[in-house]
Amino acid sequence: MSAGIDLDDVCCDFGSFRAVDHVNVSIQPGEFFSFLGPSGCGKTTILRMISGFTEPSSGVVRIGGKDMRGQRPNQRPTALIFQNLALFPLMSVADNIAFGLEVRGVDRAKRRARADELLKLVDLPGAGDKMVSQLSGGQKQRVAIARALAVEPAVMLLDEPLSALDLKLRQHMRAELRAIQKRTGVTFIYITHDQGEALAMSDRVGVMSHGRLQQVAHPRDIYDNPANGFVASFVGENNILTGTVAERGQGMAAYDTALGRLRARMDAAAEGAVKLYVRPEHMRLSESAGAENSVPVTVGDIAFEGNFISVQARADNGMVLVAELRNDGTGAMPAVGARMHMSFDAARAAILPDETAAGA
Amino acid sequence: MQDLLRRYGTGLTGAFILLTAFWLLVLIVLPNLYLLENSFRPYLPRADMGGPLDTYSLNNYAKILTGDSPTEVFGFTVVLPVHVKSFVLTVGYSAFVTLISFALAYPLAYYLAKVVQPKSLPTLFLLLFVPLWVSEVLRSFAWFIILSLKGPLNFTLLGLGIIDEPIRWIAGYQSIVIGLVYTYVLFMLFPIYNAIQSLDTNQIEAAEDLGSPWWRTHWRVILPHAKPGIASGAVMVFMLSAGSLLVPVLLGSTDSNWFTQVIQQWMFEAQDWNTGSAYAFILLILCTVFVSLVMRVFRVKLSDIAK
Ligand SMILES: Nc1ncnc2c1ncn2[C@@H]1O[C@H](COP(=O)(O)OP(=O)(O)O)[C@@H](O)[C@H]1O
Ligand SMILES: [Mg+2]
Repeated sequence: MSAGIDLDDVCCDFGSFRAVDHVNVSIQPGEFFSFLGPSGCGKTTILRMISGFTEPSSGVVRIGGKDMRGQRPNQRPTALIFQNLALFPLMSVADNIAFGLEVRGVDRAKRRARADELLKLVDLPGAGDKMVSQLSGGQKQRVAIARALAVEPAVMLLDEPLSALDLKLRQHMRAELRAIQKRTGVTFIYITHDQGEALAMSDRVGVMSHGRLQQVAHPRDIYDNPANGFVASFVGENNILTGTVAERGQGMAAYDTALGRLRARMDAAAEGAVKLYVRPEHMRLSESAGAENSVPVTVGDIAFEGNFISVQARADNGMVLVAELRNDGTGAMPAVGARMHMSFDAARAAILPDETAAGA
Repeated sequence: MQDLLRRYGTGLTGAFILLTAFWLLVLIVLPNLYLLENSFRPYLPRADMGGPLDTYSLNNYAKILTGDSPTEVFGFTVVLPVHVKSFVLTVGYSAFVTLISFALAYPLAYYLAKVVQPKSLPTLFLLLFVPLWVSEVLRSFAWFIILSLKGPLNFTLLGLGIIDEPIRWIAGYQSIVIGLVYTYVLFMLFPIYNAIQSLDTNQIEAAEDLGSPWWRTHWRVILPHAKPGIASGAVMVFMLSAGSLLVPVLLGSTDSNWFTQVIQQWMFEAQDWNTGSAYAFILLILCTVFVSLVMRVFRVKLSDIAK
């Protein structure tokens, strides 16, 4: 029932502006795939090319292996959930959900039965006779999902569907969406600029910037092994150090910075301008100097965040490093102004190039 | 009101209100009341005015029921008073004008609101407005020329080989219908344009995405949304058509008789303002009733239109 999607060297130009730039990705049937990127990076444009509202300027979109060129949105096995939901305000909830069935000539009683069934699936039983305007934001969200599911699409396309909801509801709906996807087995393509959402829900994430796909990987790899500086800094926090590569080999490199020589992982293929990235949670703070990658610092601001403690420390050249220390419950906190050493494992740090260029 | 006071102060606000009240009262309400009062009084020589014969009655209104004229309708002969027949035809053809205007305006309004590139809109609107710079009288005369037996329309159609014989366009009511549609179609276009324009384009796309063919998207999504606009356009075109005098006078044929022409004949040819007024109120009241009935059938509320 569900289908895979192939984007084969897809570009989309608006006049002289290239909104989507040589995107290649293969999405598996039944996969929960997210496109993650800042606003304006071309995510919606990709979704519109898959659903058929925008034709690629070059390249091919395939759904279930079939070339979609020239297929109108009403001929594609996709269902799009719009950023603003686009429910029909003049129809009842049940009529909204059954619209796709009405189009397919299903008779009224069957339509209604199916709408009620779907309302149960999205946890809104008995809401069929309400008008859309009587629903809350989260309920509208569910109706939009039910309306899309009613046509039994092979692929569901979701354009930042949770962005209008408040935090609590958003987290609840994340789990809900994930559960619906598992239950139905439909391929979900999910768009978001919220890294937490993408990492928590997806089987794989594609990170985008300026119309280009920067990395496609499992959420864990996106976070732990970012392909480049853009992915590293868009997803999660970093201490970023600039310097020059001194030695490299066997996936590691020595990197000369203003704080001295530091060692970190470096991909053999990496070239061009690079920077060193370390996550704050991989920084340690200790009384004595570590064996490697150790920097003497003066402890500055300390913020208690509950599950962790965020420490800002100043190196001797004035550079600020941030460490996030797990709250182990002993109440131990570094003292402001104390002289200490900040260090990190070479395996936890990475020297990464800037964004990848087109076609990479 | 509070807002006006705050913005313009007491003096200017007072002036606005007085002027508006003057406009409404002296230029609209009082003349109508005067005609209404007259419509119940008999048409008398000056000497008898205010005399014993000058009493209120519905006689002027009843005059519409006199003077039978047999008429063929779908093969049946119906006997109708001649002025009732004129009234029925006026309402019927006005409804027809409204229908044609809708058929022309809806696709154009949709095109302007949702298809056209926004940057070419000003040019298109200008093209729509240009004819309005010419006076209505001249435009009606222009149509008289276009539609005449040896006019440019027949010339073109003959030249293109579409017809073999020139068509007598100015016959029956058809030239009036053409003229009225031309004169009032913009009153249909703009309310519908506004309504469709306010529809979220995502809704149209959502319908298509769910598999809907274009006609069903119009029927289920766009038309229902545009209904208030269609209703206000229809009311305007209908009322303006039924009340138009210029177009029927200029473009009418020998066998057309618009109800406004009957009123005009009473007032200016018979010099009987009393009966003329009575006829004018019959037109006003029955058209209002007709419009209300149609609105009820289509489940449109007055408050929808006012939006
Ligand atoms: N129809 C269009 N015409 C011109 N530019 C567009 C159009 N649609 C999108 N763009 C531009 O393409 C870029 C990507 O847009 P979009 O795909 O909506 O980004 P996202 O969804 O990631 O925020 C933006 O800079 C936007 O201004
Ligand atoms: Mg977007």
